[in-house]
Amino acid sequence: MNGTIEPMVGRYVHVDIGGEMHRIYFEEAGAGIPLLCLHTAGSDARQWRHLLADAEFAKNFRIIAFDMPWHGKSNPPASWTGEEYQLTTARYTETIRAFCHALKLEKPVVMGCSIGGRIVLNLAIDHAAEFRALIGLEAADFQAPWYDTTWLNRPDVHGGEVCAALVSGLIAPQSPDVTRTETLWGYKQGGPGVFKGDLYFYRVDGDLRGRVETIDTKVCPLFLLTGEYDFSCTPEDTKRTAAAIGGASVTIMEQLGHFPMSENPEQFRRYISPVLGEILKQSMQHRQGVQV
Amino acid sequence: MSSASNATDAAVIKSFAAIPALLEQAPALIVRGRLLDCDCLLGPTGHPFHATIRAGRIVDLTPAPVLMRSWRFAYRATPAAWAAYWQSEPRPGWHDLLALTKRGEAMLEGDLHPFMAHLQYFKDVLALPRHHFTVAA
Repeated sequence: MNGTIEPMVGRYVHVDIGGEMHRIYFEEAGAGIPLLCLHTAGSDARQWRHLLADAEFAKNFRIIAFDMPWHGKSNPPASWTGEEYQLTTARYTETIRAFCHALKLEKPVVMGCSIGGRIVLNLAIDHAAEFRALIGLEAADFQAPWYDTTWLNRPDVHGGEVCAALVSGLIAPQSPDVTRTETLWGYKQGGPGVFKGDLYFYRVDGDLRGRVETIDTKVCPLFLLTGEYDFSCTPEDTKRTAAAIGGASVTIMEQLGHFPMSENPEQFRRYISPVLGEILKQSMQHRQGVQV
Repeated sequence: MSSASNATDAAVIKSFAAIPALLEQAPALIVRGRLLDCDCLLGPTGHPFHATIRAGRIVDLTPAPVLMRSWRFAYRATPAAWAAYWQSEPRPGWHDLLALTKRGEAMLEGDLHPFMAHLQYFKDVLALPRHHFTVAA
């Protein structure tokens, strides 16, 4: 064999979500603490490919990223007949928990970006004890809308082009062209109405203002990291959210935007490495404490 | 108005006037706009230009006002916003056309269909002065 083969392996798992089996595609690499990664709205788990290929992280973490139903290689469920797709807070939460259950993940770390960052906050509110730590990238309890989502799915505007063009401004100017282009390609490949349907959760159903105050970071540590060029979920949005949560860690990432893990993996690594190191340290201390 | 802001205004107007020529040097961008025919109003808030776009080329750019000239959409931003947008490494929040509208430094008005259907084209055309923009001392 002459080709370079990357370390992650992709498989399908059948997951019961809402009483119906869903064929979910996921990729994984490494061994150790389960680290489940959630992609942004309108894209898929390829956004995590650089993290999945990180040999250092893979020594201590079982890194897993799955495509949400309707995204990437996870098709819509068999019962779908073409009606409008709308992601809700309840459905998103149920999907993540069902996936963790299907893979028998024991106290995983969940790291989500954008809508994945928002749902991480909901996991912290309602299900903190199930998780070892939670990491929200580009996460806030609410963000002011900056465009009308009806433009994302209409027959007289190319959905892939407009979705990519809208989010292109959320990428930091310093991000390399190659990873910028790849990040936008994910948006150009999304199914019709899927990005818009994800944003139903983000814009309409998933307003967590007034609820994040109940998060107890002693039950589950919470790390929030936001790129300085993200004008959708701004650093101020994240700081405001964190200010309402006792003990939440906040980092503003320089020269990064809304897609840190895919737009500039090297720069993102500088920020996520100490967070994963801290989680590993806490996990080892906890294990030693139990043994004593 | 200070001499500094006068200098910025003049530099922004001068840079806008140069966009059609810069576009002619960007054939891939013209190809991306090949299906676009549109009359629109673009530029600094107080001194916008009527742009006539045909098959992705700006075939005419005339300072407003022009008597009874129509436009389908307008994107106008403050001179300070254009000056910031055209920096080779723009500051956060000043680096995208829609970041500027969100922060209230730009206004998007009219029939937005041609703008949204060619959003990346307009972002890239209006970024052409980047790397060329300077304000006279």
